[in-house]
Amino acid sequence: MKAAVVVFPGINRERDMARTLKLVSGTEPSMVWHADTALPAGTDLVVIPGGFSYGDYLRCGAIAARAPIMDAVRAHAGRGGLVLGVCNGFQILCESGLLPGVLMRNAALRFICKDVYLRVERSDTPFTRGYNAGQVIRVPVAHGEGNYVADSETVTRLEATDVWRSAMWGRTASSIRAGISTARPTRLPGF
Amino acid sequence: MKARVTVTLKTGILDPQGKAIEGALKSLGVGGVASVRQGKVFDIEVDGTDRARTEAALKEAAEKLLANTVIENYRVEVLG
Repeated sequence: MKAAVVVFPGINRERDMARTLKLVSGTEPSMVWHADTALPAGTDLVVIPGGFSYGDYLRCGAIAARAPIMDAVRAHAGRGGLVLGVCNGFQILCESGLLPGVLMRNAALRFICKDVYLRVERSDTPFTRGYNAGQVIRVPVAHGEGNYVADSETVTRLEATDVWRSAMWGRTASSIRAGISTARPTRLPGF
Repeated sequence: MKARVTVTLKTGILDPQGKAIEGALKSLGVGGVASVRQGKVFDIEVDGTDRARTEAALKEAAEKLLANTVIENYRVEVLG
């Protein structure tokens, strides 16, 4: 699998992501700069890592979402290519229009840093095929802007295509699949 | 030309920052504050003197970047 990691100014987890992708796939990912206009030929998976692109100015992910490379990411997703966004990367995907909805400041105005337990609803997706359906996994989250907001029609559609859910609260949890998201995104610590 | 774009949260969108400000104003004893919704103001200078063109440019700016129309409304004012 050929992966490309997109790097924006202020993103700070790209090396963790590159290391993880190398461990998982055995292949060193390409690092792609935000001002580039094309992905390396043969890219299967685009990953937008976490951090604080453009200092979270304006809205989290808003400025990065308008960077030149994002047209290439949109075209890749349009061809059915895989896209993964973690933390600020997820916010960027929402702001770019690749995913519906938006992430707002946490309702209680608190930074949330804790482990959450997600139940894998489907194991037939590229991102969950290493799990068994029904399996509960632990995912650490840390975010100040993880409050997912979308219109009720979108939320209903997302609920219907769940990939995994919070095992504790029964709410939809974070996941992405090439332009279709099941929401309740979270900022992962260190990402 | 000087212009201003004001971005506010749509009605019904939860505004925890506005709520926190509201609580602070009440605890400061500022009289008569019923509720607070917060937003953003962008003061922008645009080249040229064509009002209609300035307004069109700022609408484009608001649609493309300044506002996320999923949750926010915007208003453009050309101040002259």
